[in-house]
Amino acid sequence: MSRNIGDVILDLQNISLRFGGVKALTDISFNIREHEVRAIIGPNGAGKSSMLNVINGVYHPQDGKIFYRGVERKKMEPHMAASTGIARTFQNIALFKGMSVLDNIMTGRTLKMKSNMLLQALWLGPAQKEEIAHRRKVEEIIDFLEIQHIRKTPVGRLPYGLQKRVDLGRALAMEPQILLLDEPMAGMNVEEKQDMCRFILDVNDQFGTTIVLIEHDMGVVMDISDRVVVLDYGKKIGDGLPDEVRASPEVIKAYLGAGH
Amino acid sequence: MGFFIETLIGGLMAGMLYSLVALGFVLIFKSSGVFNFAQGAMVLFAALAMARFSEWANAALGGNSLFLANLIAFVGAGLMMLLVAWAVERFVLRKLVNQEGATLLMVTLGITYVLEGIGQTIFGSEIYNIDVGMPKDPVMMFESLFEGGILINKEDFIAALIAAVLVGLLTLFFQKTPVGRALRAVADDHQAALSIGIPLNRIWVIVWLVAGVVALVAGIIWGSKLGVQFSLATVALRALPVVILGGLTSVPGAIVGGLIIGVGEKLSEVYIGPMVGGGIEIWFAYVLALVFLLFRPQGLFGEKIINRV
Repeated sequence: MSRNIGDVILDLQNISLRFGGVKALTDISFNIREHEVRAIIGPNGAGKSSMLNVINGVYHPQDGKIFYRGVERKKMEPHMAASTGIARTFQNIALFKGMSVLDNIMTGRTLKMKSNMLLQALWLGPAQKEEIAHRRKVEEIIDFLEIQHIRKTPVGRLPYGLQKRVDLGRALAMEPQILLLDEPMAGMNVEEKQDMCRFILDVNDQFGTTIVLIEHDMGVVMDISDRVVVLDYGKKIGDGLPDEVRASPEVIKAYLGAGH
Repeated sequence: MGFFIETLIGGLMAGMLYSLVALGFVLIFKSSGVFNFAQGAMVLFAALAMARFSEWANAALGGNSLFLANLIAFVGAGLMMLLVAWAVERFVLRKLVNQEGATLLMVTLGITYVLEGIGQTIFGSEIYNIDVGMPKDPVMMFESLFEGGILINKEDFIAALIAAVLVGLLTLFFQKTPVGRALRAVADDHQAALSIGIPLNRIWVIVWLVAGVVALVAGIIWGSKLGVQFSLATVALRALPVVILGGLTSVPGAIVGGLIIGVGEKLSEVYIGPMVGGGIEIWFAYVLALVFLLFRPQGLFGEKIINRV
């Protein structure tokens, strides 16, 4: 691969997360390097989405430290994560259903809009010029994801696979450093999965975006990721190159059950 | 025929005012999912602020320029509504993100009483006048078309015009500007809006401010017609059937709903009223809303409710 995998961009140390008496994550440590595709896999209920929500600032772990570019991250909320360059997509698509594809992706530019909110509200001078510049960027993303033909369609009317693509587009509009993808291929057919894989790899390759990916489908993950973390019952049971992970007895046990 | 049209026009104009109050409901519900019971109290509060500020400014200016005094009062009352919006977000909504709709509704009931109380403490509880120089005299129109012509109240006409302009501006604001887009995004999905960095807190202040300004305009118009008094707060109750009819999430729905209710009230009072001994105007709107709830629970323009099973 032509990409240069860089230094550690996000370092998670001894993360534990509890909801009341339920332990969602127990003492998990791993890191994410710049420009890599990092997958988090595991059976249902392993804590994959919880992990993603910790990174995104939705959940606040009771124990553990998170270092972002070498600086310890203290209090974190989703909109703060967004402003430090962490974008995400959702497992159950969370698009703005009544709005067009174009408008949905435009909302991803919110943080990039520099002019005063009052000017924006009154649609005056610099705000108008700025909007046009953002629009150009969004059109690039629309071209990139090959969704030109549906740009004016309300998102609620699109088939599932395309909605997933718009979700990715909105996250891309933020020009993120790290892109968190929560089961980007869940519920897709083979062809849609292939398309999505291609987009993910292209994003990683062309924009250098670091990608953290949760996925169920082992085959897909092994093909596109550089390194894989395996979770089971909220504990880390594997971490390494796809081939190493695949060969690990513990991982095989978790996926296929004991006795194999 | 002339009389029918006169009643119709009277109803349309009254309806425009209902629309204005209903618009306040819709704005807040659309962008935060909160059914704001305090909209009526906001109308009262804004009208009280306007009436008293105008009085004080007029006195300070020595009664020379009513227009200037009203302008100062309008800006002052607008700032009061900004203060209300900020306080509601800071002390109420921020603490209650992602709570049930019922909880938030109860909270707005609380806000109603707080606003009514504070309003009367600061501004007094007598009946005040708002004089924005609206012409009170009626005019005759279409005298050549109908026998006796049609009597139109100029004040109503101007009020309806102002309401129409306001609605137009709000539509543009919601559909065309980046802030409007962010508002619609927040309305659709809080979590997703947060994840792309839309500042929820600031958005809420803006929404409540816009609803506050709408309340102010409604308050001025109602106030200059009827005087500013406590009963203004119950105007909101008259607008409830309007939002049920038009749909809680639709700006055009609020307008059309208001017009239907306004016209319906007037026509039913005049034509059906005598048959049942009058007094229909008071409850007609609610019955109409009830019938609508039976057949179209989402209202005329509301989003259809489809649940995945």
